Amino acid sequence: MSYRSFAIVSALALTVAIASAQVPAKTWTPSRTADGQPDLQGTWTNATLTPLQRPPELAGKEFFTEEEQAAFEKKRLQQNDVESVDDGKRGPADLARRAYNGAWFDRGSHGVNTRRTSLVVEPSDGRIPPMTPEGKKKFDEAHANFAAHPADGPENRPLSERCILFPNAGPPMLPEPYNNNYQIVQSPGFVTIMAEMVHDVRVVPLDGRPHLPSNIRQWKGDSRGRWEGNTLVIDTTNFAYNDKSRFGVAYDGFTDQNLHVTERFTRTGPKTIIYRATVDDPTIYSKPWTIETTLSKREEPIYEYACHEGNYGMFGILSGERAQEKTAAAKAK
Amino acid sequence: MRIRFGLAGALLLATIPLVAQTASRIPRMPDGKPNLNGIWQTMNTANWDLQTHGPAMAPVVAMGAQAATPPGIGVVEGNEIPYLPDAAKIKEANYAKRLALDPETKCYLPGVPRATYMPYPFQILQSAQSLMIAYEYAGAARNINMGKPKEPPTDSWMGWSNGHWEGDTLVVDVIGLNDSTWFDRAGDFHSDSLHVVERYTPVSADTIQYQATIDDPKTFSRPWKISMPLYRHLEKNLQLMEFKCVEMTEELLYGHLRKEPRKQQ
Repeated sequence: MSYRSFAIVSALALTVAIASAQVPAKTWTPSRTADGQPDLQGTWTNATLTPLQRPPELAGKEFFTEEEQAAFEKKRLQQNDVESVDDGKRGPADLARRAYNGAWFDRGSHGVNTRRTSLVVEPSDGRIPPMTPEGKKKFDEAHANFAAHPADGPENRPLSERCILFPNAGPPMLPEPYNNNYQIVQSPGFVTIMAEMVHDVRVVPLDGRPHLPSNIRQWKGDSRGRWEGNTLVIDTTNFAYNDKSRFGVAYDGFTDQNLHVTERFTRTGPKTIIYRATVDDPTIYSKPWTIETTLSKREEPIYEYACHEGNYGMFGILSGERAQEKTAAAKAK
Repeated sequence: MRIRFGLAGALLLATIPLVAQTASRIPRMPDGKPNLNGIWQTMNTANWDLQTHGPAMAPVVAMGAQAATPPGIGVVEGNEIPYLPDAAKIKEANYAKRLALDPETKCYLPGVPRATYMPYPFQILQSAQSLMIAYEYAGAARNINMGKPKEPPTDSWMGWSNGHWEGDTLVVDVIGLNDSTWFDRAGDFHSDSLHVVERYTPVSADTIQYQATIDDPKTFSRPWKISMPLYRHLEKNLQLMEFKCVEMTEELLYGHLRKEPRKQQ
């Protein structure tokens, strides 16, 4: 496409944008980058109070009303503020709970603006679908292994504690308790997504090149992108697997090396990208499932999150475990 | 004399169109700014030692020639690093314990300018309003602020980069660098007063001349400069690979805290 036709397209896009400023978000048309891509650039956050899976007490309820959402947000904010929940006990569990107080958390103060009751949108019950028998076996083994060997060595710990990967970076890009910030840059032929935690950059080529050979495995997988109209579609395979969940400390969303993630980024307004990711892992799940979050525009730049360089936690976890073993052995004598 | 003058004149004449040719040959963005997009890498031994150096034995005997220091011509303009007397002593001590003390050994973020000449590729991602550099080593990344210069909230490993264009040269002013990175495996170091000004000047379609001015009054008696070309990778379908070297260092850092010694592989 010549620059001249870019200019015409951009001018058209601008006209449409101005004309549609007062009409519903669905008809909003994003501006274009110089090479003609719908513009997703900027700093974004997917911080949210909405849980990954729909809580059992909300079974059958896909959406909140405005009043229900407000009440839910209020309740979640109170629950998240550990300082306000003082049961008077000062045991080790309480100390662990208080290790991260309200100052740490950055879940935002709202649920997703679609007022959905869970990030999982498919299946429609908002729950991650049942595991296959093989998946359940793998999951149970992983769980049992973690219980029996919580800290024999660093490899027993979740990827996030090792400063290898946090669920924010994904894919799929899932909100964490904090640092839910991203920057998107679109250079000719590429879309690049940087996750603040841990300075994880995905450079996604748009030229239709093949994936890496299947024996090459990466924690963030291997991403290839394409545009379907105004929606950026990223296809990611070649995931590494080590029996720890990619989705955080909890085992929600356990996946293995057969994981295939399809992400869809659709900018629906100047400050909003609707993000959908379908998780397909046929060895673990009986059917694919899809999450939806909102990426909201931020104006502040992203700051460096250096994790490994200050990972004193790993020394603490391993030496604490060794000390406990020593104490237990002394008692047994 | 007349002949020489004539030759010089001819050379001068020949030079003018060459410069013009170079300026027109470099890739450009639609707005006319140089287009630095691509995967780049240096072709030198600066990561082993910024100064001209001969070969040296590997710091681990078992590694033999695999990890020997390759000899190389230095990248320091004038080849002298103007250490203050006390700092020169620290550099020597660093060199003696370089295997244990070099942050690269522990997979720590490399800092600036070292990220540029690590023996790994890096990718420049440039759009009309943004500029990001993704490095393969340790997945290091820099966001170059091309807008109004901003102050960093605190020091960091990769620092805070404010960029602007001076003609066809991208000038990046790097502040907010902490004191924990090194310049090379030879123990060249700095304090938290480090201030680096980088200049990226495209000189052909596939080369960028890189220069960094290093100023740190707590460590050096005057600012000094390093310079080197950056070469474009031309391999088809090349991509930065994931090199999360944390995994390569866990045994080194935490091995002594294991329940059972790690099985040799």
